[in-house]
Amino acid sequence: MTVKNIVRVSDVTKDFDLGKIVVKVLKGIDLEIETGKYISIMGPSGSGKSTLFNMIGGLDKPTAGKVFIDEVDIAQLDAYELAWLRCRKIGYIFQTFNLIPVMTALENVTLPMTFAGTPSEAAVEKGMELLKKVGLEGRHGHKPSELSGGQQQRVAVARALANSPSIILADEPTGNLDLKTGEEIISLLKEMSQDKEVTIISATHDYKMLNVSDQVIWIRDGRVDKIQERADLEINTGGMSS
Amino acid sequence: MRSNELQQRETMRRLVVLPLRKSIEIAYKSIKARFFRSLVTTLTLVLAVSFLAFSQINLDIADSLLATGDPDLCLSLIRCGYDVSPGDTSLSASPKQRWIVILSLLVCVVGIVNAQLMSVTERFREIGTMKCLGALDRFIVRIFILEAAMQGFAGAFTGAILGGIVAILNGLFRFGAISLTTLSWQTVATSLAAATLTGIILSLLGVLYPAMMAARMQPVEAMRVEQ
Repeated sequence: MTVKNIVRVSDVTKDFDLGKIVVKVLKGIDLEIETGKYISIMGPSGSGKSTLFNMIGGLDKPTAGKVFIDEVDIAQLDAYELAWLRCRKIGYIFQTFNLIPVMTALENVTLPMTFAGTPSEAAVEKGMELLKKVGLEGRHGHKPSELSGGQQQRVAVARALANSPSIILADEPTGNLDLKTGEEIISLLKEMSQDKEVTIISATHDYKMLNVSDQVIWIRDGRVDKIQERADLEINTGGMSS
Repeated sequence: MRSNELQQRETMRRLVVLPLRKSIEIAYKSIKARFFRSLVTTLTLVLAVSFLAFSQINLDIADSLLATGDPDLCLSLIRCGYDVSPGDTSLSASPKQRWIVILSLLVCVVGIVNAQLMSVTERFREIGTMKCLGALDRFIVRIFILEAAMQGFAGAFTGAILGGIVAILNGLFRFGAISLTTLSWQTVATSLAAATLTGIILSLLGVLYPAMMAARMQPVEAMRVEQ
């Protein structure tokens, strides 16, 4: 087998203990995600989509089962190693952009590189290059409050790419954007995934995402409902996306 | 594969860093961006420290007047409420006065804790995002402590100077120019430095719990949509 799995989820369950009741959110999920693919995780709200997503991102630990990133079991990592993983291996994109409000666009992009120990000049150079790539040349000195939603999300995309991660996790990246801006962000992500061979995993219920996804994982009621490859998709979603 | 995994863990252990210069920069920017909020926090400190400096320097002035051994000055000291008995060569703060100062400092710390907790809550998403980007708990603690140290220094220094000026003016008004001539400026400087240091310590004390709370926050919080 030449295909490499960047993420492997094996029989993961997650319970949330709410005191009186225990909510079983994930009921045994098995997944393998190949390097360099554009994956969408779809599912209705409450299906466990976000929970699964947080597990893959190393933001939450499963109750049972294992999550491997690059064949490393993340449950075995201590706080330092997890921080390193978040810093170097994973880039996050949030629905609410989550730029650091007191920093300029460039500083937001260079922050993960600072954490990674990149010398400041090299970080600034790479930061400018990334900002140019996402179409924000000349806006590097602007604070997030001086940028539009779409521009902020572009900065976030640049920031996610800062340490050349293997995976980009995008949680509803278009959720707070209008149709056109959302499309722009999606095509930017797609472009980046092809350009840099980054695996993109996005949780979404935006059907625009389906057109660019290599694989769509449907989650329903804490289980994998079905996994569709791109080839099956075009037939199925033809009616939906129009 | 096992050895590969181990090797990978070795490299992981070394790599996440935040240089001190950078953390100072971040802390400074955070203060600047929330200038008004920082000002209110700092003001608590200014008031408490100026009160401390005021009472301390008042005492220094009275002390230096007493040291002259002039009976007239002794009388005016007694008139001003100092407990001077014949033969005393130095004065100390009355227990009541000391309690008031301690109490004001306590109130000040509680005020700082309150303000810093607010600031942590306000910045939950920012902290969570930083952690998603790879920040360690201690980066967050360090940023908060640096912020508190800067605010502490600014507030305490201003407070000490303010208290000192008021105390000296007060001395001039009560005892006349002699209060200035007898006063040892070295004593005044020591009192001011002590008050400033106390202020900085108070500021750091007040930020400890909020900073720890911020650092312990889970990065998942950053993902939450509602705030």
